[in-house]
Amino acid sequence: METVSYLNDGHGIKSWLLTKDHKRIALLYLVSITAFFAIGGLFAMFVRLELLTPAGDLLSSETYNKMFTMHGVVMVFFFLIPSIPAVLGNFLIPIMIGAKDLAFPRINLLSWYIYILGGAFTMTSALSGGVDTGWTFYTPYSTAAANSHVITAALGVFITGFSSILTGLNFIVTIHRMRAPGLTWFRLPLFVWAHYATSLIMILGTPVVAITVLLVAAERVLHMGIFDPSLGGDPVLFQHLFWFYSHPAVYIMILPAMGVVSEIVQAFSRKNIFGYSFIAFSSLAIAVIGFLVWGHHLFVAGQSVYAGLIFSFISFLVAIPSAIKTFNWTATIYKGSISYESPMLYALGFIGLFTIGGLTGLFLSAMGLDIHVHDTYFVVAHFHYIMVGGAIMGYLGGLHYWWPKITGRLYAEGWAKVAAVMVFVGFNLTFFPQFVAGYLGMPRRYHEYPPELQVWNVMSSAGASILAAGYVLPLVYLTYSMFAGEKSAADPWGARGLEWEVPSPPPTSNFAATPIITEGTHQYAPSGEVGVA
Amino acid sequence: MPSQSHSEHFPGPIHNPPVIKGEVHKGHGPHAHHPKLQHHFDDMDQQLEASTLGMWVFLVTEIMFFGGLFMAYLMYRWANPTAFQEASAHLDKFWGAVNTIVLIVSSLTMAMAVRSAQTSAKPKTQVMWLVATMFFGTVFLGVKVVEYTDKFTHNLVPGPNFVWTGQYPAGAEIFYSLYFCMTGLHALHMIIGLGMMTVITVMARRGTFDGSYYTPVEVSGLYWHFVDIVWIFLFPLLYLIGAHYGAGH
Repeated sequence: METVSYLNDGHGIKSWLLTKDHKRIALLYLVSITAFFAIGGLFAMFVRLELLTPAGDLLSSETYNKMFTMHGVVMVFFFLIPSIPAVLGNFLIPIMIGAKDLAFPRINLLSWYIYILGGAFTMTSALSGGVDTGWTFYTPYSTAAANSHVITAALGVFITGFSSILTGLNFIVTIHRMRAPGLTWFRLPLFVWAHYATSLIMILGTPVVAITVLLVAAERVLHMGIFDPSLGGDPVLFQHLFWFYSHPAVYIMILPAMGVVSEIVQAFSRKNIFGYSFIAFSSLAIAVIGFLVWGHHLFVAGQSVYAGLIFSFISFLVAIPSAIKTFNWTATIYKGSISYESPMLYALGFIGLFTIGGLTGLFLSAMGLDIHVHDTYFVVAHFHYIMVGGAIMGYLGGLHYWWPKITGRLYAEGWAKVAAVMVFVGFNLTFFPQFVAGYLGMPRRYHEYPPELQVWNVMSSAGASILAAGYVLPLVYLTYSMFAGEKSAADPWGARGLEWEVPSPPPTSNFAATPIITEGTHQYAPSGEVGVA
Repeated sequence: MPSQSHSEHFPGPIHNPPVIKGEVHKGHGPHAHHPKLQHHFDDMDQQLEASTLGMWVFLVTEIMFFGGLFMAYLMYRWANPTAFQEASAHLDKFWGAVNTIVLIVSSLTMAMAVRSAQTSAKPKTQVMWLVATMFFGTVFLGVKVVEYTDKFTHNLVPGPNFVWTGQYPAGAEIFYSLYFCMTGLHALHMIIGLGMMTVITVMARRGTFDGSYYTPVEVSGLYWHFVDIVWIFLFPLLYLIGAHYGAGH
């Protein structure tokens, strides 16, 4: 005899494809981003295979260009940006704030369809021959020089941007207007704060990249001279407009992961978060400062040295709110009753890898050093430490932490620990050698390199195979648990928060009655005893 | 296995479960059970506030969307100041001014449409204001068609057929690229606005809106005013900067 939950409330494909339930839409996203993650990973595999040997022997240089481009486009726009917000945020935000659904359920479903449409465009581009401009679509590669399917791929990015905008809009309105009585801003879970900051970036940044991509299309199709110097335009304008969104987009990826980590370290240290309001405000600070640093991508693009100085300085400032978070997580763990379940392993991995990724970001925001390592593998290693070591570790940690809530089943914890360790080891083996190779002068986006750099590339490719196995493993045991896993209690971890008060899996309307909140939702201790309420 | 009885190993200082359950929120206002109340909202006020905030947030994204174009305009006008004046002098200030007035009047009729729904005016009155708004919107697009046709016939559309007899052909072509991108995107927004108006006019005719429920009219109104305001910026930046071009030559 099964109790009615959102999973069995309505059967058949139609009840899923036309659902307005935020929890079912989250699962639609989960399935589709997993597919895109696999596709993006496949492209990366070809890149790593080619780089096993110094000679460009496996792929032609043109095919190689297409492989790293499609890897970047798919991973950034179709996996990383929607990953935590559209899956975990969609599922959890209404429950965490005591609401029945997001403010606009139909717009939420629409955002998924837009995402799929954008994905279809990009896949069409991949199947009909691919794009070779790099994921950044820099002009004139994307306008005058490229013969590849730039328009279809760019339109895919343009379209999927609107799904991101609609998700951000929905979250902002929901967090403002749908909180349960008594749930004041400073009683909100930090996961919700992180998503509020993320949503601000989504609504402020995404439209700018949308118009930029549209201008590229206008230039290619209508031969309007916006970015083409021979028509009087300026290609550097493209870089300004592109990075105005795409630098903050990195914070779209990392902020939600920080929100996940804030939840996990509390649950597995059995302690209230240390410095609640500092973590909350540091999310907003990262969102705001993140909009003022795009010029550090243009240090060698002919930008004035004074502008460079200012962008360099502001880029350094981002380290402050980032460090505030890292120190506060560490202080939360300090003297806690720590247990090392798989979500905690991912969270601890996140803290370490994000620290390395963040500190090497400081190298790159120093103008003098950036000239040495610009467009080398040092940069590639840096942003993979943030996006893979940070965002994906956070995503996997969150997926494991809330999996019993989402599916109502427990997964094989032993395998989960093995996978977490494999991801951590494989990741470091893949990307740490790239710091070295980059510092020694290996440029990014070349399919051949001098033989003396081979050792670093072989290490990297070997690590990538371990990493891939570490990603396949959860796919197997998580899927298996959905059908054969032990049933989960409402709160399998002994954690705090509204989402652990409702049954696992939750009923369609989340709450039998709107909860009334009288204190912070994550009280592991009475107010004032440990940490800050 | 994630431990089912985690808290036995780590009793921790747990007191006072934070949530008092089983109490139904009694926040329903006088509009409880309004037929237009969606199930996930508590009351009509919350629903209206959510929808209007949603539209405001959307308009913020629109500002950023047009903002990219204004940024491009700023940069190229700074790089080609005289060329932009020369090119701007070829736009028809008369039709631009007419369209500005038409749009301002349409904003007035839109505001009256919202007001008539809020004050529960007769459906006929609501429909009248909405139709008036659509009329002015259509006039605006008609004028735009006349202007665009004129540019096509005079080879002022950027691309291989662009012909410029003035001093600064490169700068002028960029000006016209921006002119078509900016006014084209604006016109697209007008067309979408007309589509929204058609829907709410049909709803208004059926008597859907009164003082207790007028969210769609209010939200469409916000959108309409925004599109008008964009034009208020486009008109001087595109049409008027060349007003004195040639005066000093």
